Amino acid sequence: MGYPANYRYTKEHEWVNAKDGVATIGITDYAQSELGDVVFVELPAAGKKLETGKSFGSVESVKAVSEIYAPVSGEVLEANPELHDKPETINSDPHGAAWMVKIKLSNPAELEKLMDSGAYETYVAAKGKEASA
Amino acid sequence: MESVTTPITNLSMNAEPSTSPGTAERSTELRKTPLNAMHRRLRARMVNFGGWDMPVEYPANGGLIAEHKAVRNGVGVFDVSHMGDIRIRTGKTPGGGLAAVQHLSMNDAAKLAIGQAQYSAMLYPQGTFVDDVIVHRMGEDDFLFVINAGTREKDISWVRENTKEMDCVVEDYSDAYTQLAIQGPRAVDVVKKLTDVHLDGIKNYWFTHGTICELPCRLIARTGYTGEDGFEIYVPSDVETSETVWNTVIEAGKEFGILPCGLGARNTLRLEAKMALYGHEISENINVWEAGLDRYCQMEKRDFIGRAALGKLSAAGLKRELVGLQVMERGIARDEYKVFDAAGEEVGVITSGSPSTTLGANIALAYVPPALAALGTNLFVEVRAQRVKALVVPTPFYKRARKPAPQAAGSN
Repeated sequence: MGYPANYRYTKEHEWVNAKDGVATIGITDYAQSELGDVVFVELPAAGKKLETGKSFGSVESVKAVSEIYAPVSGEVLEANPELHDKPETINSDPHGAAWMVKIKLSNPAELEKLMDSGAYETYVAAKGKEASA
Repeated sequence: MESVTTPITNLSMNAEPSTSPGTAERSTELRKTPLNAMHRRLRARMVNFGGWDMPVEYPANGGLIAEHKAVRNGVGVFDVSHMGDIRIRTGKTPGGGLAAVQHLSMNDAAKLAIGQAQYSAMLYPQGTFVDDVIVHRMGEDDFLFVINAGTREKDISWVRENTKEMDCVVEDYSDAYTQLAIQGPRAVDVVKKLTDVHLDGIKNYWFTHGTICELPCRLIARTGYTGEDGFEIYVPSDVETSETVWNTVIEAGKEFGILPCGLGARNTLRLEAKMALYGHEISENINVWEAGLDRYCQMEKRDFIGRAALGKLSAAGLKRELVGLQVMERGIARDEYKVFDAAGEEVGVITSGSPSTTLGANIALAYVPPALAALGTNLFVEVRAQRVKALVVPTPFYKRARKPAPQAAGSN
């Protein structure tokens, strides 16, 4: 699975797809493969304010809880209802159907600080090498 | 996204990944079983479990949930070579080995036939747990203790220290064996392909020595930690033999859908079967009665370490009890999460908690006051910021189907 060229990425393995002041946020294919089968997702309600770098929800596998950190700040417009009953979508379609929240961006300039797809691919490739050491 | 696992104790199942940044160095300090290279070739996800570099799951085969299902429905194989083995046998006079075991172990080893094993524990003088152990009677006066990986050194020191005045020989065989657990309803069919030993004659918790994978005189035990039928086999620990046996087991199990299984599935399987994990349901701070392990503690036999304290504790009554919980609202109860009563008072703690693949529910074991231990009691588990409803339910959560006894020919 490739990393969409028009998305931006964080070191904590979130992706952001921003358009016209609205950003869709999810976690990457690398993140889901590290987690294993996802069994539970906790997402914020509409209206919740996200602060860059702060945790806004969690994803759970059988073995572990992983927090999700806001890559950019804004107000939650919608959380993906599909993930409530079908958390496994995160494993099968992490960059598409498993989007987590849509937010109204409070500061679009924050997007510039994030990695593009090329930089993110390099970043995870390096992690892969470390892992097999 | 960052992985936040519940606080790590030395023996916690929520262990640190061996592959996170900065641990490349650390991983050379971790102990390895002879099959370590094999697990890494299979691209297992590795973790630090009590100082051992162990596979938690094998993502290439589907991972933890697939492994759990394989054991419940077919067969799975685990490398459990990190566990320890202590041989205790007599020194000069007959009875010395048995006497040493009876002194150390709370269960009654005198009741064991040669070829029989039992679940037991070694206790501190205050009646709490040094470790749980499977005691195997190899001979009249010759016993094998199979012990936990995380307590290997503590246990061997404990055994030596507490038998030094006794007429027995204590030997640490822990590094001598590669131990494989082959578990599931089809485990016996797999092992039958590897040995001529008459396996149908070995009942649950009995064992024999026989040729397996062309290796003579190996321990083959009908024991396990999954709640399924299965065998644990003990073969020489050199890498070449270990890998050959592993590959032979996998090949033999292919027709039954065998999967290599890691510590993740090992934990979810034993939790469903309500089997204790040291550092969680049992520890140096928990006594036998609280842990509900009465049936493995033979107070009527001659003195053993911890017996006097257990007598007093029995008279004093329980302060807390181990119960099974099923989470009734959205949320997963995990190790060390707090338990509250309906009034909002903190009353207990989760010892082990996880989604249960077999039940399709989130389950947990917890210590709560006896007044709240009745089946059907409503409790609350603090899952991060929220308190979710949980119900006290019967345990074990899962019990395997027993085969009906065969009918005698001609019976009506």
